[in-house]
Amino acid sequence: MNAERYEKAFLLLCGAVLVLFMGALAYATLGMGIRLPGRTGVVDPKTVLTTPPWNDPGLRQLGPDRYEAVILAQAWRYQPQEIDIPVGATVTFHVTSADVIHGFYIEGTRVNFMVLPGQITEETYTFDEPGEHRLICDEYCGAGHHLMSGKVVVR
Amino acid sequence: MSGSGVPTAVVQSPAEPFRLPASQRRLIKWTIYLGFAAFAVAVLNGLDQALNYAGISILKWFPGMRTYYQGLTVHGVFNAIVLTFAFTNGFLALTTARGLGRKLSTGLLASTLASMVLGVALAGWAMFTGRASVLYTFYPPLQAHWTFYAGLALLVVSTWLTSANLFVALSAWRKEHPGERIPLMAFISVCTYVMWDIASIGIAIEVVGLLLPWSLGLIGGADPLLSRTLFWYTGHPIVYFWLLPAYVSWYVMIPRQVGGKLFSDSVTRVVFILFIVLSIPVGMHHQYQDPGIPSGMKAIQGFLTFGVFFPSLITAFSVMAALEMGGRSRGGKGLLGWIWALPWGDPSVSAQLLAMLTFMLGGITGLINASYTINRVVHNTTFIPGHFHLTVGSAVALSFMGIAYWLIPYLTDRKLWGRRLAVAQTWLYGVGVLVLARGLISGGLEGMPRRTFVALSPYNNGQWDLAGILTGIGGTLMFASVVLFFIVLGGTLLLGARSEEQEIPFTETMTAPALDGWEVKLDKFRYWVAVTVTLILLAYGPFLASYLPGHFLSPGFKIF
Repeated sequence: MNAERYEKAFLLLCGAVLVLFMGALAYATLGMGIRLPGRTGVVDPKTVLTTPPWNDPGLRQLGPDRYEAVILAQAWRYQPQEIDIPVGATVTFHVTSADVIHGFYIEGTRVNFMVLPGQITEETYTFDEPGEHRLICDEYCGAGHHLMSGKVVVR
Repeated sequence: MSGSGVPTAVVQSPAEPFRLPASQRRLIKWTIYLGFAAFAVAVLNGLDQALNYAGISILKWFPGMRTYYQGLTVHGVFNAIVLTFAFTNGFLALTTARGLGRKLSTGLLASTLASMVLGVALAGWAMFTGRASVLYTFYPPLQAHWTFYAGLALLVVSTWLTSANLFVALSAWRKEHPGERIPLMAFISVCTYVMWDIASIGIAIEVVGLLLPWSLGLIGGADPLLSRTLFWYTGHPIVYFWLLPAYVSWYVMIPRQVGGKLFSDSVTRVVFILFIVLSIPVGMHHQYQDPGIPSGMKAIQGFLTFGVFFPSLITAFSVMAALEMGGRSRGGKGLLGWIWALPWGDPSVSAQLLAMLTFMLGGITGLINASYTINRVVHNTTFIPGHFHLTVGSAVALSFMGIAYWLIPYLTDRKLWGRRLAVAQTWLYGVGVLVLARGLISGGLEGMPRRTFVALSPYNNGQWDLAGILTGIGGTLMFASVVLFFIVLGGTLLLGARSEEQEIPFTETMTAPALDGWEVKLDKFRYWVAVTVTLILLAYGPFLASYLPGHFLSPGFKIF
């Protein structure tokens, strides 16, 4: 029966393709340095509004082209709503939530992560092009979810 | 497979027709009716969601629906939980009974149905009164009314009652047939429930152990990360609980319906065993963008996710081989001529062939989602619902409708009414879901967020108009198709000719199951359960060991 031979060849081919995909992923992760959010820290969501640095959210310069953005997500806004950064700036975002789960998606970039109350999400990104990006909450967070957005301006 | 003749097959399992007692068939029938009733309500709400992306809000025509998200919750819960659980509880109980040639426990069939009715009533009341607009993922600290969680718990219990029914029947069959192999149709049906029983532990702990007492005020806080982890421990394998009933049909019914035979008994068993083993330790690929989980732990589950693609690739080959055999036995010639020779005029077949075609795209987009790095771009955009409307929204839903085209006549002793209308229905759905998915996927790549009332969103600047319009058109076609589906079902119940001679489509396999050697071990579930549990401990153990006892700090929010 030929089908048995065809089946073996098909499965070998499929296996090889899957291994190739995994290799590509390993390269993207280890070679190109594309990272996912990891375990960075916890904060009590009930007292986060008075806990540094969340009691004073905003953008701070750390060095030449190095910035830190502390952002607090709340139903249904970000604090601050807008950040302005110069072209070429590398920004590390530190984000948490004071109430429910939110999303944090800067359109046109790979900055796209979950914001959980009690957990801190960190992400570093370099903005090489001038322009205006919408910052969109992309996780359902209640009746006003579609109203929750902000702005990242690169100039 | 170049010849046109079909090789002689070995009939596996009882060749003599077997019919369940009328009382048991009636319980199965009402369980499946409940699923399709939920489907009707869910699809009606789905029309509102599809049109939302086209910038049209028809919410005001929905009495009692206060917000977009209330309808979206109903759409998700009634489709992804009620329809799938009800259909599977009914369908796989029937295939197990038919495979074993033995009746089931009437008490367990009745308590399955009762548990589902009560679950739907409780969760439905919470959703329709606006007390549970938390979507079907119900992430805390959004807090629903306790009846929502209690209803969900009862729906999960209904699947366990069905499991118990299948296991009792199988164990009785084993005593009566020492040394025999479990008939294939029953084996793969039971495999589905073995996988699900292990998989549903996560959601059971989350709902019964954490969220229900939290919603009643017995526990002060919720842990959003731990809840998400428990949810997705179940939330990924649940997609195989949706899919495997369709696979049961594709493996052991569709070949018969197209005049073909199943090529290999052992390969089929191996595929279902691989689903038991690999479905569960992969849930963290839904949490790639979560804080609080070290990325190495995410990577391990990411790699395993590519592994669970493998049994679906084997399925693509096996099912295609059976289809080719059928097409050639019906006179199909040439490399691809057998495709046109398949019985496309049978709505049950056309539905499931179209379901398979859309599932290829569903599988490919699933691999994209599971890709550790590309996920950053598509995460929580409409790319995701674009993907799963090609899987659960068509591979599963369209297969269920296709199965219904013989199952409802079988259960009601009537002939299918409106056969040509039914064929048109399947095509309309297939085309509709492709247009819808094209809209959602392209919108997602342009950053259109999922689960969002974009029709009224201030940041919607028109960039997603084309994607949204395609989503609206596709969803409208799907809605119209489902209306036709219910017209055909209603016509069958009211106008279908009486016919009591119907049998369940039962495929023959070309090789009989071996009675000795390694293949006998395939039927020993305890081995596969042991391998499964080991893999789960490896995949989830490090996270739980480093995270427990957890951070139960979040009060509930009812801001919906």
